[in-house]
Amino acid sequence: MFKVKYFEVIRTSAVIVIALAIAFLIISLVSDQPVTTIGIFLLEPLSTKGHIGNVIEMAIPLMFTGLSVSLLFRANMFNLGAEGIFYFSGVVASVLAIHLTLNGWMHPLVAIAGGSIVGALLSAIPGILKAKWNANELVTSLMFNNILFGVGLYLLNYHLRDAKAFANVSFKFQETAHLSKIVPGTRIHTGLIIVLVLIVVAHLFLYKTKWGYELRMTGANREFARYSGIKTAKVIILVHLIAGFMAGMGGSVEVLGMYNRFQWSSLPGYGLDGALVAMLAKNNPLAVIASALFLAYIRIGADLMARLSDVPSEMISIIQAVIILLISAEQFLKFWKNRMLLKEAKEA
Amino acid sequence: MQNALLEMRAITKVYPNGVVANKAVHFSLCEGEIHAIAGENGAGKSTLMKIMFGMEEPSDGEIYIRGEKVKLQSAQDAIDRGIGMVHQHFMLVPSFTVAENMVLGMEPRRGLGFNEAEAIRMTEETARKYNLTVNPKAKVEDLTVGMKQKVEILKALLRGAKILILDEPTAVLTPQETEELFRELKQLKEQGHTIVFISHKLKEVKAICDRITIMRGGRTEGVFQTADVTEQEISRLMVGRDVVLKYDKDSPSFGEPMLTVQGLSVNDPQGKALLSDLSFTVRAGQIVGIAGVEGNGQTQLIEALTGGLKGVSSNGVVTVKGADIRDSDLLEIRNLGVSYIPEDRMRQGSAGDASIADNLISTRYRSKDMNKGIFLKGSKISSLTASLVEEFKVRCSGTAQPIGMLSGGNMQKVVVARECSTSPELLIAEQPTRGVDIGAAQFIHQKLLELRAAQCAILLVSADLNEILEISDSLLVMYEGQIVAYFENPAAVSEEELGLYMLGIQRQDEQDIRRAVNHV
Repeated sequence: MFKVKYFEVIRTSAVIVIALAIAFLIISLVSDQPVTTIGIFLLEPLSTKGHIGNVIEMAIPLMFTGLSVSLLFRANMFNLGAEGIFYFSGVVASVLAIHLTLNGWMHPLVAIAGGSIVGALLSAIPGILKAKWNANELVTSLMFNNILFGVGLYLLNYHLRDAKAFANVSFKFQETAHLSKIVPGTRIHTGLIIVLVLIVVAHLFLYKTKWGYELRMTGANREFARYSGIKTAKVIILVHLIAGFMAGMGGSVEVLGMYNRFQWSSLPGYGLDGALVAMLAKNNPLAVIASALFLAYIRIGADLMARLSDVPSEMISIIQAVIILLISAEQFLKFWKNRMLLKEAKEA
Repeated sequence: MQNALLEMRAITKVYPNGVVANKAVHFSLCEGEIHAIAGENGAGKSTLMKIMFGMEEPSDGEIYIRGEKVKLQSAQDAIDRGIGMVHQHFMLVPSFTVAENMVLGMEPRRGLGFNEAEAIRMTEETARKYNLTVNPKAKVEDLTVGMKQKVEILKALLRGAKILILDEPTAVLTPQETEELFRELKQLKEQGHTIVFISHKLKEVKAICDRITIMRGGRTEGVFQTADVTEQEISRLMVGRDVVLKYDKDSPSFGEPMLTVQGLSVNDPQGKALLSDLSFTVRAGQIVGIAGVEGNGQTQLIEALTGGLKGVSSNGVVTVKGADIRDSDLLEIRNLGVSYIPEDRMRQGSAGDASIADNLISTRYRSKDMNKGIFLKGSKISSLTASLVEEFKVRCSGTAQPIGMLSGGNMQKVVVARECSTSPELLIAEQPTRGVDIGAAQFIHQKLLELRAAQCAILLVSADLNEILEISDSLLVMYEGQIVAYFENPAAVSEEELGLYMLGIQRQDEQDIRRAVNHV
């Protein structure tokens, strides 16, 4: 039973290895010094405290969105709205960070709470549409991404924009609004603690409470959940609220932790990356930590590679594409699983 | 066995979820015979047939047709080699005519269009050749089950099938229709066809088959000339023990009415009557059976009793323990002390990817003793589910195993365990033993009788006449949404007599049917 039990783990690792192998192949074709380039890609992110810091900084928003999307996927909701909510909640938190005057720790708290709540409410809309009228959540959430981006950009251009700055950025946040740095020499901020706590809470919620049970059963078989007396429409709205809250919190934490001004004039992409993180984590909250760190690691690796060698960082898209393709390809490695099953059956 | 038409050697099939359906199975088919494959559900019969028909690839083993080794990778491969299959659930397009269904995938053309006249001619020709009468212009959705099956058989014959595989062909037929099918099969045999007949109904196997291959637990238990073995011997080989078909029932002691249905009528949105003027009572400690050919309103009745009356145009009153349930949803009805074993354990009764434990607690995780503060009591859940698995003899590797990996019978035991272990006062059991092996079915029957002894009221809807005649204290027969007969002593009713009512050929008068209200 040992091998079959761990099949999913083995499969995910195999996918990653194949994706990396393809990346190396491409690097060796493109680069004049492939060995050095691969060395940079793999080792440079871990070489200095600053670089490790970069990896963790980048993993923070990925954990937020990865967690958000995991819960949605767990409920069998293929909703990719984390992207727009992440962005728009960043705008909301920025407004609060610019215009409110509060003392020290209260200020980020209020700004993050504001961004999260707005995120939850926005996310509830596709949820309600799904629960009440069975509107496809993928379609509505993707359209919402566009709407939220448009509205957010409008707010940035016409209400938040600092005319004195030479770019399309907002006024500066109040000093009191910033999240404090927790590791000297890096930009790692208190958002890391927030997200780790959130992940543990999500884990307990999903596996140890009756609401989490309802969520999992609704996702596993909505018909069965309904038959058991679970109000699945409520569950669907609830999971959208929670997921929106998490994505919104991610956007708020990111702007307050990493920036002085709101400066995204395009969607930052963390929401869609969240879907990749969730897939790698098999929609398991605790596994989101590792999968977000891994994604951040190869991202930073690619960034450094672009800076220090002759291979552009876009190469990373290929790795991601291969990972998504193979993870979602159900048949991948199935022959091998079947062979193991046959062997075990014969031994039994 | 020099003239083996088809031979399967050492076939092993392991499904991706780890279920081993066939273990080194041998099967050989002689030309011109009717060969039964008998076994309990989960014995691997259907899998073996799917492999024979190219729908599943064996994990291991070889197939020979007329001594030549073949690889069947799709149903088309099998059809090309003269193998045809009639599935348990018909593969027909309901909105098409018989002729259109017959030629599906091999349509005769006229220019760019579909040549309907030719399709009708082909249908009629095949029908005449094999002496199976069908109306080529009738729409399939208007046909009876028996007719649909005929169309399926003709469809396979039209494609040149010399070997016909029939998967549980009689499961959906009335006794009369079954007899007709047997006549047809004998005719086909005389015309040189070879037939594989899958069944777990031993009487039928004895009646029609030349040889029998018995399967149990994914293995072949033996091949016999049907004439040489008795039903008892076959059943012993199938189950591994002698089947007791009779139950010791305590004499009934009926209590208060638990479920009362008065003048219930339900129409569909188009105004067509689905249920008309049903009245009956189920008392504590009583099992009321509902027999009928599928599709005669049983599904709608169950729906009405399980929260489906909300927002539907209906007349009449349904009360559970005196409470009107017209505006109640299933949860509110469950809270009145009602349990419900649904017809379809895969779609409704379980969540395949979730663990056995999760599936066992789905109707009781809300209760106070399962929760402590905001958290579920993990230890309580594991001890409860472990003892249920033990009590209901669910064969599994542990309560954390996904329920989808269990065989049908074990899965159904989990469903029954969940519904029966909450001390229900009213149990609605819809086809509780469908597709379940004899051992599990007996076990489930025993549990129903235990509940009855504990003064639970049980409404049993079943297409299995044996079951319903044996278990019920009184029996209703439904036909086209109405109750057409009421019997007080089902054990004394013959299957043939029941068949007449089920087919709408006979009908009791109002007064007899009205007795269902008071059971006088």
